[in-house]
Amino acid sequence: MTPRESDTIISAAAGTNEGNQELRSRSELTAKEVMREVGAVLRMSEADAALLAEVEADPGEDQTMIINMGPQHPSTHGVLRLMLELQGETVLRCKPIIGYLHTGMEKTGESLTFMQGGTNVTRMDYLSPLNSELVFSMATEKLLGIDGDIPERAVWIRMLMSELNRMSSHLLFMATNGMDIGAVSMMLYGWREREVVLRFFQKVTGLRMNHNFIRPGGVAADLPAGWRDDVMSILDMLPDRLGEYDVLMTNQPIWRERLQGVGVITQAEAIALGATGPILRSTGLAWDLRRDMPYMHYDKLEFDVIVGSYGDAFDRYAIRLNEIRESMRIVRQILDRVPNGDYRIQDKKVTPPPRARIDESMEALIHHFKIFTEGFKVPEGEVYVAIESPRGEVGCYIASDGSPTPYRMHVRAPSFVNVQALPHMMRGGLVADAVAVISSVDPVLGEVDR
Amino acid sequence: MTTEETATPATLHGCLLGDSRGQAVLFVPKLSYMSTMKKLVDDGYEMCADLTAVDFLTHASRTLPIGVSPERFEIVVNLLSLSKRERLRARVQVSESDPSIESLFDLYPGTEAMEREVFDMFGISFAGHPDLTRILMPEDWQGHPLRKDYAQGRIPVQFKGAAS
Amino acid sequence: MGVVRNVLDDGLEGLDHNFLTGRIEDLVKWSRSRSSWGATFGLACCAIEMMGTGAPHYDLARFGMEVFRASPRQADIMIVAGRVSQKMAPVLRQVYDQMMEPKWVISMGVCASSGGMFNNYAIVQGVDQVVPVDVYAPGCPPTPETLIHAIETLHQLIEDGEIMRRRATSGAGANVHIQEIPAGITTPVILGSR
Repeated sequence: MTPRESDTIISAAAGTNEGNQELRSRSELTAKEVMREVGAVLRMSEADAALLAEVEADPGEDQTMIINMGPQHPSTHGVLRLMLELQGETVLRCKPIIGYLHTGMEKTGESLTFMQGGTNVTRMDYLSPLNSELVFSMATEKLLGIDGDIPERAVWIRMLMSELNRMSSHLLFMATNGMDIGAVSMMLYGWREREVVLRFFQKVTGLRMNHNFIRPGGVAADLPAGWRDDVMSILDMLPDRLGEYDVLMTNQPIWRERLQGVGVITQAEAIALGATGPILRSTGLAWDLRRDMPYMHYDKLEFDVIVGSYGDAFDRYAIRLNEIRESMRIVRQILDRVPNGDYRIQDKKVTPPPRARIDESMEALIHHFKIFTEGFKVPEGEVYVAIESPRGEVGCYIASDGSPTPYRMHVRAPSFVNVQALPHMMRGGLVADAVAVISSVDPVLGEVDR
Repeated sequence: MTTEETATPATLHGCLLGDSRGQAVLFVPKLSYMSTMKKLVDDGYEMCADLTAVDFLTHASRTLPIGVSPERFEIVVNLLSLSKRERLRARVQVSESDPSIESLFDLYPGTEAMEREVFDMFGISFAGHPDLTRILMPEDWQGHPLRKDYAQGRIPVQFKGAAS
Repeated sequence: MGVVRNVLDDGLEGLDHNFLTGRIEDLVKWSRSRSSWGATFGLACCAIEMMGTGAPHYDLARFGMEVFRASPRQADIMIVAGRVSQKMAPVLRQVYDQMMEPKWVISMGVCASSGGMFNNYAIVQGVDQVVPVDVYAPGCPPTPETLIHAIETLHQLIEDGEIMRRRATSGAGANVHIQEIPAGITTPVILGSR
């Protein structure tokens, strides 16, 4: 509560003067007031931090200590560097420093054609690469104007792969979260389950990771024969394993002590910071783009949006665990509904011809050549398309100038925005809780730094 | 999809409202940037999904509605209304001679990192930002990589008769 | 096997010699190759595959890499897994310097080996610009089998003594070379001061 100049409240039977406490409109509040900011973010430049080592140590009792966590650290989920200001073991302020994995992908994206763009974008969020490819392809298709003409089979295949990717990403979260909190054997279990999904991906797309499978116009190849059995075997194996995780972690007192009440964020804070995905849902707001702004055919499927109530790390863990179950439910529904048909749009300008045609037709050969060397031209314009990735809202903003390469390609990475919530979650907690908080935010540094 | 040619073009809060592939785009003049964004917040756009910039140095001839004068840089703000389930995009023209604009930090604290990235990559400064330093490149880096006059930095790769 | 005559009947006297001789170097190299621990230097997507290689299905522990140590003081092999950006290069060098001899480096993935698909201002084109690399593992990302092959190749090189021999002759140390990017592009890209 911000103290006001005149806090006089005249309440009498006759009338109350609430003028001083009248709610100001949202646009009149400063960030400090919105965030209840008591200084959770440590505002210090890296150059100053480097000079700290030369400052004489003064062993005064209320001296706070500024230490570095990362970038090379087993628990920072990649190359995230945190400058923590500590008072004893308590974290007062924190500054996340990113950029250690900056790859210049947006600059590289300007020199790659729209067909090649998938290879670039897929390496941003390397835990859910298919979702990154999907949002890029959807943005390209919207610019091309073919977003309503994607064949049904292609759309359902995209949904299948996207949901399986969500499962594999959350299983990895289970593994790393467990290891960070101390349940080291979770690392083995989570990876064991993830391997099965990756093997399915290898069968379908040819690669375990960074597939470049979802391309503008559809998908790169059709599902192989027997895919239904493979997916069914995954769906049959997982529920029991997830039950084991419940026994090992969810109901266990140590786990609860470590995670409940840790890394609390309020709904207003989360919205103000732009945090989406499990972080926003853990505060109680049931916002899921698949449900609230549906894309592809998610409006035809039945699934629940998992919501937490306390906004703490335990809620985020439980949300992700149950989202695996929801994804399994979605995949089961998709299994029955994948129709036969084309796996990519038959628009010659966008889709390369089938390999067999190239031997027969000169036109097909020329088309193939043009698409793969020069690329297909995308009409001028700009779009922003967003979907729900395992980490939150991933969006792709493409501005095109009519050439075969994007003029400007920007990906709104959920982890980039979620990392801003870290100082607010860590404030007042212990250093050990800092590890739990980072793990519960589940950042992927590839998409944070791009 | 082209906007219909009506007698008066659509406006919202005094700014031209356009349409891009079915998505609503608001062309906000730099002078009324802050006041328009405040009105949009009150309208119900609670979350700023994304804030980025585009450098139109090599594509100065892009189509803009009548009344919007093109500048070199454009700040693109993607807003999301959770209550109305709608998106709105705001585009602000920022000139090369004065690459600065007000910061949205007070309205949307989540734009802190986004604005730092735009500063790092394009060199546009944000007035009122609490900590405008480079975020992706090392702090002592020279140049702004995503500008169109900044080379990609490719190292020439030889395959035959390579010197090393 | 002239060493053993009849242990069952005569006990220790059934051994011709009760000494087994060998060279200490061989013993040292054998034990080094069989129990090298890795330093965690996972950066990007390759780190996920590296973790997958340590996972139950591919299991690096059976090759002696029981754990990945976070502290470089306790590690032997640094597997640089992922793309090294301009900001990360000094950190990489610092961690390498903190490792104790003997130490080896595996460059995992194409981004670490040569810059990969990112030939631009942001990525160091090959970690051998920063640290001396012993084995390069190609792939984007390399599958766990490829990484195991790379690790086993390194183990073989350790056991043969090949690496130590080469280091002794070449003087051991990173060949850091700074290359000026020639004119012909609009703006010269100035590499960071560090």
